[in-house]
Parts: sequence; structure tokens; C-alpha cells
Amino acid sequence: MSSRLARNVGILALLVLAGALPFMLSNFRLFQFTQVYIYAIAILGLNMLTGYNGQFSLGHGAFYAVGAYVSAIMMDRWNVPYGWTIPVAGVLCLVVGFLFGLPALRLEGLYLALATFSLALAVPQILKYFEHWTGGSQGIVLTKPGAPFGLPLNPDQWLYLITLAVLVLLFWLGANLLRGRVGRAIVAIRDNHIAAEAMGVNSALYKSLVFGVSAAYTGVAGALSASVIAFVAPDSFNVFLSVTLLIGSVIGGLASISGAIYGALFIQFVPNWAQDISKAAPWAIFGVFLIVFMYVMPFGIAGAIRLLWIRMTRSRVSQEGRSAVPSQAHTTT
Amino acid sequence: MDIFIQQVVSGLATGGIYASVALALVMIYQATDVVNFAQGEMAMFATYICWSLLNAGVPYWGAFLATLGIAFAGGVVIERVVIRPVENAPILSIVIVTLGLLVICNSLAGWIWTYVQKPFPSPFPSTPFKVGEIILGAHDLGQIGITLLVLLCIYLFFRFTPLGLAMRAAAQNPLSSRLVGIRVGWMLALGWGLAAVFGAVAGMMVAPILTLEPNLMGGVQIYAFAAATLGGFTSPGGAVLGGFIVGVVENLVGTYVGFIGTELKFTVALAMIIVVLLVRPTGLFGSSLVKRV
Repeated sequence: MSSRLARNVGILALLVLAGALPFMLSNFRLFQFTQVYIYAIAILGLNMLTGYNGQFSLGHGAFYAVGAYVSAIMMDRWNVPYGWTIPVAGVLCLVVGFLFGLPALRLEGLYLALATFSLALAVPQILKYFEHWTGGSQGIVLTKPGAPFGLPLNPDQWLYLITLAVLVLLFWLGANLLRGRVGRAIVAIRDNHIAAEAMGVNSALYKSLVFGVSAAYTGVAGALSASVIAFVAPDSFNVFLSVTLLIGSVIGGLASISGAIYGALFIQFVPNWAQDISKAAPWAIFGVFLIVFMYVMPFGIAGAIRLLWIRMTRSRVSQEGRSAVPSQAHTTT
Repeated sequence: MDIFIQQVVSGLATGGIYASVALALVMIYQATDVVNFAQGEMAMFATYICWSLLNAGVPYWGAFLATLGIAFAGGVVIERVVIRPVENAPILSIVIVTLGLLVICNSLAGWIWTYVQKPFPSPFPSTPFKVGEIILGAHDLGQIGITLLVLLCIYLFFRFTPLGLAMRAAAQNPLSSRLVGIRVGWMLALGWGLAAVFGAVAGMMVAPILTLEPNLMGGVQIYAFAAATLGGFTSPGGAVLGGFIVGVVENLVGTYVGFIGTELKFTVALAMIIVVLLVRPTGLFGSSLVKRV
């Protein structure tokens, strides 16, 4: 029984459970889980850029906003079905991200953080400025799409399943991208870009491409959120959205795929119970968690789980080895 | 022409605020290679403390000085307790820790003092000065005066006192400084304390104009980033000059370029930052570091 098989079985079981949730939970809970999946997609995008490629972005809320608004404007103005707006938002964000990634090539570490942070601060103003398209600070109100073909599902259940399908597709694509040749190149650039270039990796191209793909993931998440919440307004895309995504990324584990899910669960559910204490409490708790995680768990929840897993399997293997062939245990350890 | 001069003067006044925060950012950057994303929020928090003191009946200048003292102590404590453990961690970790500080300061202020806007008094008379046809606000002039006074003090401190010299040495060459007996860790903490003081001055000067609320410093911080980037993160003098330039440019653009107005304030700052970073990443007065790889 290899660990790979065990993992695949685990993933399959989780998927079956996730697919069954719409028939077990109330609509409100379902809406929350839909939101978790949306965050997870956005956080995976951020993980690719910041975790795997080492480029800071404190402004991913901007791409989320672009995705949401593209989708909302298409639905509101031209009556495009929501299904079509999602890939369009993704492609558009890919282009925007790629273009933003080009000047970002020249910015190292902190300066990129500064530029993206300013971008995050400026987004609501820019959205309000193009009032003709975006509806100004009033935003755009949409209708929740219902299930097609007369399926016996209510809109919340249908949107949940759609989001789950997009999530599975994007995670599968992302995992293949990051675990293959391209992924190794991306990580090599993060760890030592000079060595990577010496090995023939086109650092500039990969860096801007990662920026584009990362923005596309976040844009798709934004487009989904427009349909699910059925409302977009500039002030929901403020700097705190970008910080929220970063918090999810850090808590879940920066350079990990599964971490995106843990991070999304965290940023969706922790504020909920923190809100009972005070209106300001969620952010105070976020801040404390952020700092404490940097001290004790810099690789996030995913990193901690991986470490635990390795420790458990290793101790079992060494115990088995010792009991079976005690004489060899000395030489091998 | 009169309007132009008035706008320049009020630009210099806001520029002084940007200059103070930019100087705080640069001081910390020089000493530790970190940009403190929480600088503005720490200043906002200090301003709230001043407001509470004033509400308790402390006279203005007493509250002002007490706040500076509290801000200094707060800065030192934050460096010792929060920043110290990640001192040698990758840049990303430190940036994330300062972002954590940002959200903690912001939400604590909202928690303690609520999100309702509060009026904040100005120590200067409200009647404007008239020089010929030109009307100058007393608060603007006072603000410029205070900023210049603070800058003068800090210049004298770093130039003529042994402690200032030690702090400069610790920032420039930590290893050699440690060898000659300077306690580098404490010098860094003092730097954070001083930076918090500049921030507090800026916060108390800007609060009468913007009215006090937890998001008071968001705009100031992004302009301070622009100022520090323009002047160069490695040059304190440059950052101060950058602050004044950015303040004046912001005001003139707001007045004369019709389609921007005040609605795109942040976008102007963002554009400035990106243009400077693309054209001259080290800023006007910064020096680029030659790294051995």
C-alpha cells in the first residue's frame, strides 16, 4: 500500500463527501462552503505566485475584483449566461496579470510588495471612478442563476456544485502544472534564479507567465463570487480582501496545493465565530494568527500535516525494520 | 497665481506629513531592510491615545508630548517582542508579520474607540493669515513648522550625539558595531521607537484635517510609500524631500488636472510608485547596492 494510493483514496472519499453535502446541509451552510471553494481557488493562485515562485503579491484582491466585475458587467449589460463569463474573466485576468507581471520583473522582493499593496489600496477608487461601467459605489445587483434542464436543485445547491466542479478542475490543472517540468522551473527560479537561468530556464518568461496564471485563478474565483453573492460593489474589494487572501495562503501553507483549502476554511469560518466577540475581533484574531504562524509554523497547516505524516510513517517503518531484522538495524540507522 | 501659491503651501503642509511617515519608513528600512507596512496604523493608534488624553482633560501640548513618549515606548516594545523573533527570517515572513501588526492595530482601534469619526483639535488658531491677496491656513503653516522642527531635532540627534552615531553605525555595519561594543539589537529597537514618534507626529497633525477614524492613515501611508520610493529608500534626506514633492504634486494635480480631482487620489500615488520603480528603482537620491552572488 503505497502512500500515493492512500492519498488518492483519501481525495476520492473527500470528493464524494463534498458532492453529497448539498443534500445534507442548509442553504446558508452551503453558501458558506461555496465561498470556501471560491477562496480556495483564489488562494491557490496566490500560492503559485508567492509560495512557489517567490514573487510577493499583497494585491491579489485587484485580480479578484477584475474577475468579479468582468463577470458582473457581462451578465448585467449583455445578458451573457454566467457560465460563459467565468472563462472570459479567467482569460482576461491571465492577460492583465501577464502584463502586470512584465514590469514586476524589474521589482525585487519588497518593492513588488509595495507596488502590489498600493494597487490593492487603489482598486476601490478606480472601480468607483468608472461609474458608467461599474455602477459606482452602488455596485451592480445580479440575479442568482438557477439550475438548468429542470434539475430538482435550488440555486444555492446548483452554484455549490458548479463551484465544486470548477475547483476540482483548477486544482487538477494546477497540481499537474506545479508537479511537472514547469513547476520545477518555477520553484528553481524562486530558490536561485541565477542557477535556474544557467540551467536554461527562461526566468523572465516563466515569472510573467506565473503572474498571469495566478491572476487567472484569482479572476475565476472573483467571477464565481459575483454569481454566488449576486452583487458586486467597490468597497468589498478593498485592501483587506487582498490581506485576507494572503492570510489564507500563509495559514494554509504558502507553497502547497492542499494548503489552499485549509487556508480557505480558516478565512471563511474563523471570522464567523470571532464576530460573536466583537465586530473588530476577526481582524485582531487574524493578525495574531498571522504573526504566531510565522513564528511557530512558517509552512502553515499543510506543512505541519506533512511533517506529522512523515514522522508517523518513518517511526513505523523503523519499528518494523527493527523487529524484523534487528541485526541490520544498527548498520542502516 | 494666488491659488497656485495657496495650493503649493497646503501641498507643503500635507507633504510634511508624508515626509514624517516616509522618514519613519526609511529609518526602519535602513536599519533592518524591512518596510514596515504597519507604520501608518501605529501612528493612527498613537493619535487615538492622544485623543483619549485630551478627552481626559490633559492640555494639548501635554497630551502631545505624552503621546510621543508612549509612541516611543510602544515602538521599542514592538521591535523587541514582535519583530525580534523573525529578524533573520526571509523577507516575506517579516512583511507578513508587519501586515499582521497592521490589521491588529486597525482592529484594536476599532474595538476600543469604535469606527465613528471623531473630531480632533488643532493646536493652531483657526483664523487664516493673509499675505497680500494670498490666504494661508494657520494649521498648514503650523504643520510645516512642526515638521521642520522635528526634522531639525532628528538631524541634530544623529549628527551630534554619541547615541545617534551609534545608531547610524549599527544600521550601516552591524557586525563591526557589535565588535566595538555597540548593542546593535537595542539600537534597532530605538530606531523603531523613533520611527513610531515620527508617525505619531504625522498622525496628530493630519487628524484635525481628516477627522480621526481607524482608517485615518491609509491614504497617508500610500503617499509616504510614494515619497520614500521617489526619494530613495536608502536616503533619509531624499525621503523627506520626496515627501514634500509628493505633497505638492498631489495638490497641484488635484487642482489643475480636471479628470483626476480627489477621487483618484490613491491611483495617483500608485502611478507615481510604479513610474519611479520602473524608471529609477533606487529613487532620486538612493544608491543601488552591489551584491556579490
